Amino acid sequence: MKVWVPRDAAAKALGADAVAAAFEAAGAEVIRNGSRGMIWLEPLVEVERDGTRVGFGAATPADVAAILDGSAESLGPVEEIPFYAKQNRLTFQRCGVIDPLNLAEYEAHGGLAGLRRAVEMSDADIVAEVTESGLRGRGGAGFPTGIKWETVRKADGPQKYIVCNADEGDSGTFADRMIMEGDPFCLIEGMVIAGLAVGATQGYVYLRSEYPEAIEVMNAVIAIARQNNVLGTVLNSSHEFDMEVRVGAGAYVCGEETSLLNSLEGKRGVVRAKPPLPALEGFLGRPTVVNNVISLATVPVIFEKGAAHYASFGLGRSKGTMPIQIAGNVKHGGLFETAFGMPLGDLVNDIAGGTASGKPVKAVQVGGPLGAYFAPEKFDTPFAYEPFDGAGGLIGHAGVVIFDDTADMLGMARFAMEFCAIESCGKCTPCRIGAVRGVETIDRIAQGDATAIPLLVDLCETMKDGSLCALGGFTPYPVMSALEQFPEEFAVAQEAAE
Amino acid sequence: MSSTAAPHDPAGIASIITQYLHLEGPLLPMLHGIQEAYGCVPDDARPLIADALNITEAELHGVISFYHDFRREPAGHHVLKICRAEACQAVGANALSDKVLSMLGLDWHGTSADGRITVEPVYCLGLCACGPAAMVDGQVRGRVTAEALVQELAQ
Repeated sequence: MKVWVPRDAAAKALGADAVAAAFEAAGAEVIRNGSRGMIWLEPLVEVERDGTRVGFGAATPADVAAILDGSAESLGPVEEIPFYAKQNRLTFQRCGVIDPLNLAEYEAHGGLAGLRRAVEMSDADIVAEVTESGLRGRGGAGFPTGIKWETVRKADGPQKYIVCNADEGDSGTFADRMIMEGDPFCLIEGMVIAGLAVGATQGYVYLRSEYPEAIEVMNAVIAIARQNNVLGTVLNSSHEFDMEVRVGAGAYVCGEETSLLNSLEGKRGVVRAKPPLPALEGFLGRPTVVNNVISLATVPVIFEKGAAHYASFGLGRSKGTMPIQIAGNVKHGGLFETAFGMPLGDLVNDIAGGTASGKPVKAVQVGGPLGAYFAPEKFDTPFAYEPFDGAGGLIGHAGVVIFDDTADMLGMARFAMEFCAIESCGKCTPCRIGAVRGVETIDRIAQGDATAIPLLVDLCETMKDGSLCALGGFTPYPVMSALEQFPEEFAVAQEAAE
Repeated sequence: MSSTAAPHDPAGIASIITQYLHLEGPLLPMLHGIQEAYGCVPDDARPLIADALNITEAELHGVISFYHDFRREPAGHHVLKICRAEACQAVGANALSDKVLSMLGLDWHGTSADGRITVEPVYCLGLCACGPAAMVDGQVRGRVTAEALVQELAQ
């Protein structure tokens, strides 16, 4: 009997390896797939019945016998579970479905169709297709991917590079990790297409050291892709492309593209001033595309199904779909890929079912540690780049972290400053010194010193305007959004002191 | 996992350095390679690396000290990393880490006197929908409790 048990890190963290071992001991044929993204059901075991994959979760080794003899109660067909059925899976169409290390299965599910099309196209046509799809940088900045590629395509250089930013350090985000562990050939295919588009023959995946499972899977599939001419001589065409994984070393700021490039070169991960743009002077001073994992992993489906198909999803200038990660104190947490435009409140309450604790939602932080807190009053904000910008926030890498009514918002604001102080690369004074002063100033407020509040506001303005990158520049988002929406928590201590 | 004293093995270090010299931007892979072999980047290795890459030892120190991962001395026999980031805080990571640290009698980055356990903070393991999250000797753990972590470390 064929049984799927995810090898995704979240499934492993919840005991998937023991479940897989128990199935193997019972004589079942075990396939280690990626995660379907329904993390509250992990380890989510699947068994094929009458041609349909039926789910059991969260499974433990004790459930194995009953699952195999058919007496266990199932969740029904996995793809009919509402959380899954309500999605528009484009980027994540294969994640959880296939064995991530099986190239033949990848192809059987639409993989390499995009690359086969791209190898027949001119470089300019490839870039035009990406531009027409409306794809924007999924790492957070939202810069149009096609325009970035066009800049690199037109740049002169002895060697150009595709660098994949897999330094997914934002709390509440795990889409990069999931796709690298669950459908890694998709990222390789996207990087090869990017290479064809701009004339780059070498790629690097800068992958954070906190993701050992993803590192293992990516290294394994790169070797498989080389053996099968996906890498090297690309599909036996006249094009060459090869790539390798580079492991980060625990610095959050290396998720910023210029700091990442310095780190890749073996330097301190200090932010570079722009210009020069990395597109013109990137890795080793050569023209370089730096794209997020999800941006690159979305390229294959754009070429498989066409730019117009991809662009038909979304809202306004936010075209296509976004894999939204719902996390924190959440009842049904996981990865939900949907067209841009769903109101934040629908995601939090309808899709995710509110908090795990059952208490009311107090706030959600969207976009990682540099993202703003949204109180329920702002839950009608559509999930897309411009509407979030207009509401004083950012979607970032689309992590949504839910907090229940026990959350200490002054404490969260303090943590934002503390984190910035720990992770600052030190280049810009407002970030390096400001974050330390920010912690001290919030401590003064906590002790009842109301005169420190205007100081904090002023400090946030300085950090926002005087920092080169998002670490110093966006730390004010969580701080100010907490202060503005929960002013009573910054005043309570004062009353207590008086 | 690692020895408790910094090693003195110039020939071994030199052979690791050589493995990475052909790479573009070889320093980080080289430091990871050395740390994997010795549990840290020993001071002994510094002149050898600086010489091989034609950089100053000051520049090398700048790089090593910039990254949280690289150690000057080996960690304890077991390394516990507890996530301190927001998503885990939303499900009680602060109370969890306070409790673990107090049960072990350690502070962040501390190693127990017998060299058995080192505790480190980590800022996100990508296990944000099944927190609080931790890592025990490189193995991921979700929805952890202080008791379960300390018990696992005792084994």
